[in-house]
Amino acid sequence: MQNFPWLTVLIALPAVGALLVWLIPGPVRRHARPIALGWSLLVLALGVTLATRFEAGEGVQFAERHAWIPQFGVSYAVGVNGIGLTLILLSAVLVPVVLLAAWREETSPARQARYAALVLLLESFMVAVFAARDVFFFYLLFEAMLIPVYFMIGSFGGAGRKPAALKFLLYSLAGGLVMLAGVIAVWTQGPGGEQAFMIDSLIGADWGGQSAERLMFLAFFVAFAIKAPMFPVHTWLPDAAQHAKPGTSVLLVGVLDKVGTFGMVALCVPLFPNAVQWGRGAIVALAVVSIIWGALMALGQSDILRMIAYTSVSHFGFIVLGIFAFTETAEIGASFYMVNHGLSTGALFLLAGFLIARRGTQDMTAMGPGLQRTTPLLAGTFLTVGLSAVALPGLSTFVSEFMVLAGSYQTLPAQSVIAALGVILAALYILIAYQKIFTGPARDDLADTGDLGGRELWAVGPLIALMLVFGFYPKVAIDTLREPAATTVQQAGVSEPRKVVDPLSSYVGPEQVDSGQEGAEQ
Amino acid sequence: MSAGTVLAATPVIQIEWGSLLPVAVVLGGAVISVLVEAFTPPRARRAVQVPLAFAAVAVAGLAALDMAMAPVESSDGAAGGAVTVDPMTMYLQLAIAVSALLGLLVIADRTVQGEDAFAPQASAAPGSEYEEQTRKAGLTQTDVFPLVLFATGGMMLLIAAGDLITLFVALEVLSLPLYLLAGMARHRRLLSQEASLKYFLLGALASAFFLFGAAWVYGATGALKLVEIGAAIADGAGLDPVLLVGVVLILVGLLFKVGAAPFHSWTPDVYQGAPTPITGFMAACTKIAAFGALLRLLYTLAPSLNWDLTPVLWTVSILTMLVGTVIGLVQRDVKRLMAYSAIAHTGFILTGVASFTQDGLSGALFYLFTYGIATVGAFGVIALVREVDPEGHMRGEATGLDQWRGLGRRSPLAAGAFTVFLLSFAGIPLTAGFVAKFAVFGAAFGAGGVALGVVGLACSAAAAFFYARVIVAMFFEDASFGLGALLEGGAAVPKGGLGIAVRTLGLTQIAVAVALVFTLMFGVLPGWFLGFTDELSFLLLS
Repeated sequence: MQNFPWLTVLIALPAVGALLVWLIPGPVRRHARPIALGWSLLVLALGVTLATRFEAGEGVQFAERHAWIPQFGVSYAVGVNGIGLTLILLSAVLVPVVLLAAWREETSPARQARYAALVLLLESFMVAVFAARDVFFFYLLFEAMLIPVYFMIGSFGGAGRKPAALKFLLYSLAGGLVMLAGVIAVWTQGPGGEQAFMIDSLIGADWGGQSAERLMFLAFFVAFAIKAPMFPVHTWLPDAAQHAKPGTSVLLVGVLDKVGTFGMVALCVPLFPNAVQWGRGAIVALAVVSIIWGALMALGQSDILRMIAYTSVSHFGFIVLGIFAFTETAEIGASFYMVNHGLSTGALFLLAGFLIARRGTQDMTAMGPGLQRTTPLLAGTFLTVGLSAVALPGLSTFVSEFMVLAGSYQTLPAQSVIAALGVILAALYILIAYQKIFTGPARDDLADTGDLGGRELWAVGPLIALMLVFGFYPKVAIDTLREPAATTVQQAGVSEPRKVVDPLSSYVGPEQVDSGQEGAEQ
Repeated sequence: MSAGTVLAATPVIQIEWGSLLPVAVVLGGAVISVLVEAFTPPRARRAVQVPLAFAAVAVAGLAALDMAMAPVESSDGAAGGAVTVDPMTMYLQLAIAVSALLGLLVIADRTVQGEDAFAPQASAAPGSEYEEQTRKAGLTQTDVFPLVLFATGGMMLLIAAGDLITLFVALEVLSLPLYLLAGMARHRRLLSQEASLKYFLLGALASAFFLFGAAWVYGATGALKLVEIGAAIADGAGLDPVLLVGVVLILVGLLFKVGAAPFHSWTPDVYQGAPTPITGFMAACTKIAAFGALLRLLYTLAPSLNWDLTPVLWTVSILTMLVGTVIGLVQRDVKRLMAYSAIAHTGFILTGVASFTQDGLSGALFYLFTYGIATVGAFGVIALVREVDPEGHMRGEATGLDQWRGLGRRSPLAAGAFTVFLLSFAGIPLTAGFVAKFAVFGAAFGAGGVALGVVGLACSAAAAFFYARVIVAMFFEDASFGLGALLEGGAAVPKGGLGIAVRTLGLTQIAVAVALVFTLMFGVLPGWFLGFTDELSFLLLS
C-alpha cells in the first residue's frame, strides 16, 4: 500500500459519485438522496483512513506527480501537509451533513439528484484544490470550482438568486483572471522547464526583480482576498449567502472561502516571501478592518443569512491576521481557525436553514420572539453554536481564536488589541440574534412549530460534537498543524520575538527556540 | 527533350500535383458539383451533392494529414513557388478540412419536416408572389454545396499561397462564394440579402486595399514571391516607406477577413444575416484561412520588419479586443453576440501573433483550431433552436436572447452543449479555450507585451459577463418559461415565441457532439496537440 494513490482516489471517488447520481435513470431517481449520502460517507471513511496513515510533522505526504502539459511545464501533482489534510477532512465531514440537511428542500426527484450530484462534484474539486502541489493545477481547480457553485446558487437558490449568482461569478472570475496574470508570470519569470509550476521547485525562485515579485504577489493575493473574502472585496458574499440555499452556503463559506486563506499560506508566503514582507502592513490593516467591519455589519442585519455571512467576514479577518503575524502560535491558530470556522459557521447556516423552513422568512424579527418555548432543542443548539462563534471556552473555536490573538500579540501588538474588540462585538451580534428569535413569552401562533427532528439533529449533532472534542482535546489537531506552521514562519523569514510567551505550546520549548533562530538567520 | 532549346527561353513551371492534392481535390469536387447541378434531375441532386461534398473535403483532409505525417523534403514549394508546401500548410489545411466537414454536417442537415436553412429560390424577390409559390411547391436548392466547396478550396489555397498573386486569387475564390451564401437564408430574407450586399461591398473594398498594397510592395522590391520579398527587405529595402505602406495595405486586406477592428464592421451584420450554418462555416474556416495567410505573411517578412509592424499589430489587437467585448456587452441577439465574441477572439489571437515568437505562433495555431471547432459547434446549436408558435408550427430561427430563456428546461442537451462552448469561449479551465488563451497571453507576456496581456485578461473578464448572461437566460429563468408556457403562449412569451431545439436528421447533432468532444479533450489533455503546434512553429521559424 506504500505507492497507493490515496489522494487521486480521494479526488476521483466523489466525481464518480456525482456522475453516478447524475445518471440515475428516472424510475429509481427517488433513491438519489440515500445513494449520494452513502457515497459521501464512503468518501469520509476514505478520508479518515488517509488521516490515520498521515504522520504529523513529516511534511508533504502522499505525494504523486505526473507530467500533464509538458509544453507549459504543468504537472498533475498532489500531496498534503497538515493544513491540507485538515481542510480535506473538513470538506469530507461537511458534504454528508449538507446532503442530509438539504433532504427535503427539493420536491422533484430530478432536482434532488442534480443538487446532490453538484455537491459531490464540488467535493471532488475541494479535495483536489487542497491537495494541489502545482500552481497551474491549483489555478485550474480554483476556477473550475466556480461552475458547480454557480449552478448551485443560480438554479437552487431563493428569489434573488440570479443576480447573486452573477455577482458571485463576476467577482470570482475577476479575481481568477488577475491570478491568471500571476500564473502566466510564474511561467515567464520563473525557472521554466518540465516542472515550471511545481510549488517545491518554485520556492526561493528569483522572479526577475523586486517589482516583478511584488506584482505577482499582488495578482495572487487579490484573487485570494476576493475568495476569502476580505474587506473591501467581500460584498459578494452576503448576497450569495442570502439568496443561496443554506446548504450551499455551508460549503461556500465553510470550505470554499478557505481556499483563499489556504492559498495565502500555501502559495503567497512560500513563493513571494519578500513581497509578503512588503505588503504585510497593509494586509494586516485590512484584516483588522474586516474583523471590525464584518462584526458591525452583522449587528445591523435583519436577514439571518446575511448576518451569518458578515460574521464570516469578521472571522476571516482573524484568520488573515493570524497568517500574517508569522509566529508559530498564530499560524497554528489560523489553520485551526479555518477548520473550526467551517464547523461553527456551517452549523449556524444549517440551523438558520431549519429556522427558515419553519417560519417561512429570513427576517429575524419576524421569526420570533418566543420561539424557545415551543422549540427548546432548536433554541439550545442555536445558542451553543452561536456561542462557538463567540469563542466560548470549552468549544474548539476558543482555542483557535485565543492562539491567533496570543500569537499575533507578539509581533503585532496594536493590531491584536483592536482585533480583540471583535470578540466583544461577536457576543453582541449572536446574543441579540438569539434574543430576537428565541426569548420572550410563549405565543399561541407558534404552538404548532415543530422542534428539531431526527434528521436535523443528525446533521447538526456531529458538528457540535466535533467542536466539543476539539475544544477539550485540541492536541491532535494542533500536532498536525504545528509542522506546516513552523515551515510557514521559516519561509516568511520573520524572526520570532525574543520573549516567547506561548501558553498553549510551551511544552515543546526546544522546537520553539529552533524555529526562532532559523527565522533570525534569514 | 528535343525542343529543349526553344523551351529554355520560357520558364517551365512544374506543377507537383501530389503536393497540391488537398486543394486540387476540393476544387475538382466543386467543378464536378457544378456539373451535377446542371445535369442531374432536381430530385436526385441532393442525394449526389451531399456525399460528393463530404467526400471531396474528407479526401482533401486525409491527403493533408498524410503529408503532415510525412513532411516533404524540399521547401521550394509547388507550382514554381506559387504554392508553399510545408508542415504549416498541411496543418492548416487539415484544420480547415475538419472544420469544413463539421460545417457541412450542419449545412446538409434538415428538420424532420424536410426544411433546410436556405431559401427555396434565392433569386426570388423577398415577399413576392413567386417566392410564395416556390415555398408552397417545397423547392429546395442544392447549389450551396458547390459554393461551399469553392470557398473551402479557396481557403486551402490561401494558406498555401507563396506569392502575392496566388494570395489574391485565393482570397477572391474564397470570398465570392461566401458573399452569395450569406444572402441565401430561408427566413428573414431581407436581412440576409442586406448582409450579403454589405459583405460584398466591404469585401470588395478590402480586396482593393490588398491589391493596391501588393502593387506598392512590387514597386518597392520588384518581387512577388513572399520569400523574395523577405530577402529584398533584408537587403535594406526595409527602410523604404513605399514598402511599409504596401505591407500595411496588404495587412488591411487580411485583417478585414479575420474581422479585426477597425475593419470589423461587416462582422455583426453578416453573422446575423447569413444562414446560421453558413455563419458557423464562415466564422470558423475563414478565420483559420485568413489568419493562416496573415501568419505566413508576417513571419516570412518578420525578421526585418517586425520593428515597424509591432506597433501596428499591438494597436489593432488592443482595439479589436476592446471593440469586441465592450459592444458585445449590450447585444440582445445570440448571433450578433457571437459576432462580437468572434471579434474579441480575433483580438486575443492577434496578441499571440503580435509577439513574433515561436510560443506566440504555436499558441495562435492552437487557438485557431480549437476556436474554429467550438464555433462550428456553437452555431450548430443556434441553427437547431427555432421559434415554435402555440400551434406547434415551426418558424424561423430563434436568435433573440429573450427567446432563449428557459431553454435549459425545454432542450437540456442543446443548452448544455452550448454552455460548454460558451465556457470555452470565456476561457474557463478544463476547456480548450482556456489552454488557448493561456498560450497566447503567455506568449504576449513573454515577449514583453505586458499591455497586450493585461488588456487581454481584462477583456476576457468582461466577455465572461456576456457569456454568463446567456447561461443565465438558458438555465436560471423562471419555470414559467417551461414547455407549458411555450405551448400556451402566455404573456411572458417574447415576440416571435420561445425557442426550442427542433428535431432534425441528426447531422447537426453529430457535428455538435464532435465539437464538444474536441473542446473538452483539448481542454483536459492538450499536451500532444500543443507539442504538435510547437513543432510546426519551430519548423516555420527555423
